[in-house]
Amino acid sequence: MKQVQLTVIGQEQLTASVFRMRLAGDISAITAPGQFVNIRLDGLFLRRPISVNDVQDDVLTIIYKVVGTGTEAMSRLPAGSVLDVLTGLGNGYDLSKSGSRPLLIGGGVGVPPLYLLAKRLIAEGKRPAAILGFNTKDEVFGEDDFRALGCDVTVTTVDGSLGTKGFVTNALPDEYTYFYTCGPEPMLKAVYKAAATSGQFSFEERMGCGFGACMGCSCKTVTGYKRICKDGPVLEKEEILW
Amino acid sequence: MVNTKVTLCGITLDNPVIPASGTFGFGREFAELYDINCLGTFSFKGTTREARFGNPTPRIAECTSGMINAVGLQNPGVEHVIAHELPEMKAYFHKPVMANVSGFSVEDYAYTCARLDGEEQVGWIEVNVSCPNVHGGGMAFGTCPEAAAEVTRAVRAVTHKPILIKLSPNVTDIVSVAKACEEAGADGISLINTMLGMRIDVARRKPVIANRMGGFSGPAIFPVALRMVYQVAHAVRVPVIGMGGVASAENVIEMMLAGATAVEVGAMNLIDPYICRDIVNDLPRVMEKYRISSLSEIIGGCM
Repeated sequence: MKQVQLTVIGQEQLTASVFRMRLAGDISAITAPGQFVNIRLDGLFLRRPISVNDVQDDVLTIIYKVVGTGTEAMSRLPAGSVLDVLTGLGNGYDLSKSGSRPLLIGGGVGVPPLYLLAKRLIAEGKRPAAILGFNTKDEVFGEDDFRALGCDVTVTTVDGSLGTKGFVTNALPDEYTYFYTCGPEPMLKAVYKAAATSGQFSFEERMGCGFGACMGCSCKTVTGYKRICKDGPVLEKEEILW
Repeated sequence: MVNTKVTLCGITLDNPVIPASGTFGFGREFAELYDINCLGTFSFKGTTREARFGNPTPRIAECTSGMINAVGLQNPGVEHVIAHELPEMKAYFHKPVMANVSGFSVEDYAYTCARLDGEEQVGWIEVNVSCPNVHGGGMAFGTCPEAAAEVTRAVRAVTHKPILIKLSPNVTDIVSVAKACEEAGADGISLINTMLGMRIDVARRKPVIANRMGGFSGPAIFPVALRMVYQVAHAVRVPVIGMGGVASAENVIEMMLAGATAVEVGAMNLIDPYICRDIVNDLPRVMEKYRISSLSEIIGGCM
């Protein structure tokens, strides 16, 4: 973990409530896809944990959904704003288990962390496919980014307004070597039941510190109590108690 | 050259700054960031007789200038602390540490304190009779002078280490609880634990915290904490550790003027992991600003 000052380079609105923010500074502590950063905001006490979407040289990209006071304040930050950020938090995804054809399954704002994962897998010569699930076509984002990397992309919408109608589990391919997923808990549970292989799940929880000190985000696993922020947010399928 | 040393129950601290229990784990996460031997000491995660998972999540809620937690005393249990946490701590912390103990019966408290009595690293035992997040224990012992005194007597009987009773602010008259603990043999009083609070998620019309209520802490509670420290310090002869919303070296000095011998820093550790180191480094500058040559001379200095 490293506490750094990052400067907002710019933001763009991807959907009615989803924003992409790019930040510049020392992001050397971010070592694995699936890690997150914890952002301090003026006037708010707790930091806001946001997953890493991409890192390139000294630029960090995050994609977040406006869900409350903190993320709303973030969406209004102009370029040039300097933020106090704890970087390199969490374990991140373990790429070593992917096999040659891993499947990336994202739902809503669970999609962003899978982007850097896809990029890293491709760099290792793997051929990841992505299933990106949303409620409706107005909420879809990220599809082109994954395609640009060279991923096979399937979009699902619950109402069928774009791509395959239904849930991500309606679009599971016949063959894949492993899976990585991030999204709302009902989706994660559905993936857990439907998936044919082992895989890794990234979890979300309200956090106090984000670096393992307060036990605010603990969960029970097969291998004992784990802190989502420090021992996670990524857990292996075999350790989840569902 | 200013003197930041203070003596707490017979043990001299390099400075009065102590990370509060529950916000610093067993120190490991912070020792990875800086040398935590710069601290006076730290109070480790509240430890009980048996291991505990604690409450369901969400356990955390945002508040204006503070937060609510309802962790519920998650800890690995005293045997694990003795077998693993304390031996591992030797590698990164070389000062006497403050053990924080909680329980669900008088026997629990006595058992856990007796087990820790033999641990040479433990300098003090801070007995938490004020956790608002567990049922049938914790705060139940700290909201009644007789029950707090009973716990104090029980732990007094099983350890020669200095014992500090950590009090709850969720009472009508904190002075009567403090006095009862002093009379029962406490070597010091530590206050305040968190204040019982609540937030509601308006969209869902449900409490934010799964346990519905939790302990409110952070800078918002500093004036309440300071007032209680002042009241207790003027009513007892034993030393007092002041805590509650401390966020700066100036806050530390304010707590000491109110009567605190040492000062704990809690919620701010979660927001700024370097806060305690920064307060320690900033103390000499603030002391010079107020022409304080020795911190121990200002304890209770507010007339």
